[in-house]
Amino acid sequence: MTTLIKNGLVINPVTGLSECLDVYIEGNLIISVGEKPNDINIEKEIDAKDCWVIPGIVDIKVRIREPGYTHKATLASETKAAALNGISTICIPPDSSPVVDNAAIVTQLHHTNQRAGNQSHIYVVGALTKNLNGEILANMASLKERGCVAVTNSIYPMQNNLIQRQAMEYASGLDLTVVIQPIDHSLLGDGCANEGAFATRYGLAPIPEVAETAALAKDIELVAQTGAKTHFGQISCARSVDMIRQAKKQGLPITADCAIHQLFLTDQDIAQFDTDKHVIPPLRSQRDLEALRQGLVDGTIDCICSDHQPHDLDAKLQPFPSSEAGMSGLDSLIPLAFKLVEDGVLTKEQLVKTMTSNPADIFNLPAGKIEKGELADICIINPDELFVLEEESLRSEGKNNAFINWSFSYKAVKTIIAGRVAK
Amino acid sequence: MSYKSNIQVTNSGQLKHFLSIEGLSPSILTQILDTAESFTTIGDRSVKKVPLLRGKTVANLFFENSTRTRSTFELAAQRLSADILNLDVQTSSTKKGESLLDTLHNLQAMQIDMFVIRHSDSGSAQFFASHVEPGVSVLNAGDGQHSHPTQAMLDMLTIRHHKQDFTKLRVAIVGDIKHSRVARSQIHALNTLSTGEVRIVAPKTLLPMDAESLGVKVYTDIKKGLKDVDVVIMLRLQKERMEGALLPSEAEYFKLFGLSNERLALAHPEAIVMHPGPANRGVEIASNVMDGMQSVILQQVTFGIAVRMAVMSMIVGSNE
Repeated sequence: MTTLIKNGLVINPVTGLSECLDVYIEGNLIISVGEKPNDINIEKEIDAKDCWVIPGIVDIKVRIREPGYTHKATLASETKAAALNGISTICIPPDSSPVVDNAAIVTQLHHTNQRAGNQSHIYVVGALTKNLNGEILANMASLKERGCVAVTNSIYPMQNNLIQRQAMEYASGLDLTVVIQPIDHSLLGDGCANEGAFATRYGLAPIPEVAETAALAKDIELVAQTGAKTHFGQISCARSVDMIRQAKKQGLPITADCAIHQLFLTDQDIAQFDTDKHVIPPLRSQRDLEALRQGLVDGTIDCICSDHQPHDLDAKLQPFPSSEAGMSGLDSLIPLAFKLVEDGVLTKEQLVKTMTSNPADIFNLPAGKIEKGELADICIINPDELFVLEEESLRSEGKNNAFINWSFSYKAVKTIIAGRVAK
Repeated sequence: MSYKSNIQVTNSGQLKHFLSIEGLSPSILTQILDTAESFTTIGDRSVKKVPLLRGKTVANLFFENSTRTRSTFELAAQRLSADILNLDVQTSSTKKGESLLDTLHNLQAMQIDMFVIRHSDSGSAQFFASHVEPGVSVLNAGDGQHSHPTQAMLDMLTIRHHKQDFTKLRVAIVGDIKHSRVARSQIHALNTLSTGEVRIVAPKTLLPMDAESLGVKVYTDIKKGLKDVDVVIMLRLQKERMEGALLPSEAEYFKLFGLSNERLALAHPEAIVMHPGPANRGVEIASNVMDGMQSVILQQVTFGIAVRMAVMSMIVGSNE
């Protein structure tokens, strides 16, 4: 199968290319950008006039709820939702049930993805410790052998700093990136909202900033000590951005992301106990939101993820503190991300880098490039398509999306994954 | 799930549910106080009943323990001639795994007109009110650390009874502000009624973050906090918070924040002393202050019935 994507503005963040060019695809590969290859017989043409042709989006934190929570969503439903939303590559955290702490489950996930038709590429982030209990190291070498791109203890605590240090040392010996979500669980307590005027007014158990920063300070010291390549996930506080900025200046092998909703919502938006906005880390203050945006601009924060957590209706049909935390994010990731361009925070080229080649680099994924010989993962964005995100149009099984009824003007109109148009 | 902002009030401005003080106008609060005042004398009659809620069914749905609040709601409903159903949900359906909404819907199917609900989650009253049928009302009898509006209104009635004009008053609330739904509701009520000055007094571990944003002056020294106040409201210190990392001991708490006659002398000579109960004598309040001339604590309980009658009758009025 040969495909031509013509008339689009091609943005290739790695080379800084941003011009109207044709893209030629044969099989699952890009065979030319710009020049028409000799002797090619185009079987399919996609007209991308007035659209942007960018690498497929890479989302490094997507819970597919499989195995274990298939009443919320499945691998098949969420990889399809990703693909139809312009996201060609997703990374799956290990906190399913059972936990992805052994090679067999990694293999099972890849088989399931094959059976589901490889809607989007999946990469698995394996467990750092067995059953994520923070006590015994997981078989990281086997996990890596089966294709795990990193290891993490997700949001679960390590039993003590010694075990964390050893886990980081061990991972670093295997050249595995460690993903850390900095949380001090004793300071987190049973909190469910950002500590501040809002939680005070509504009597919600507060989560202080220091629940993140105290953990982060310790984690950064352990990176300095162990030299482990470390990625900090879902940073939420202004002070955290400063700390990571300083650590990067010192040359520590650190990268970081934040969840897209932290760039658009604050604790004030929880207003009438809206459980769709119950997330961990919690929605913070306007000052934090602005610091996160600044962190993106100066490169302190390398990429944005959806932190996708689809839930069944009952999980959110509870009073706020008892509702399950997490937001469904695949359907709003691209529309929101490009709002940053609209808001003048990032140029479209910077944003595309943040959503594609940067996350691909962090986990060494074969993604994020529109170049000859690369995998044909492409997303076509219409920057001028006004639409309202409606609940009925959500592709994810999780309808717990806080951006329903928001108006957007950037839409992923087509996704090509390994040369095939996602349907 | 997101919810409509002010579901407490009907389009014509009448009370539909009673969930929190926040969002209610001074005129509604005054109406509650006026109505309650007219009910204060009913208890003194030989026949302590009026027929305002005849034929209506009120369900007490308490997911948390309560004696005082629950029994005063029960008496209030009875004095208004309602039928009352007391449900001990702590030991029933929810323990068997029934969801909160299923419990609510099952009771609703028994044609309950009004639910009086206490639950440990902040926001639970709003949650229930958002899911009842149009003709059904919810009264918040305490939701987590968020709100306890009838308690606040009975406190306002007590203050008004003794001091009349709120605008000239200095009121100090002393104790565990951080975990207190009572304090939050009192602060909103006092500010809505344009109280001259609202102070909170507590050790730093029992103050919430950005407490000033509630519209209060914050004191960590009780001597300064009580200076010249007209009303002293002592809060109950929960047993589980007395010894641990929040406070070292009961004795030290009393030493620093307990209300003794000596300290009360710092307040205005005619200051009244209030407590939402149940009080810990010798922890937050000395026995001789509690039983002293300035204490109006038992009157608060009596007024509690009148306020709950007022709110119930106003809600029934808005539903008809």
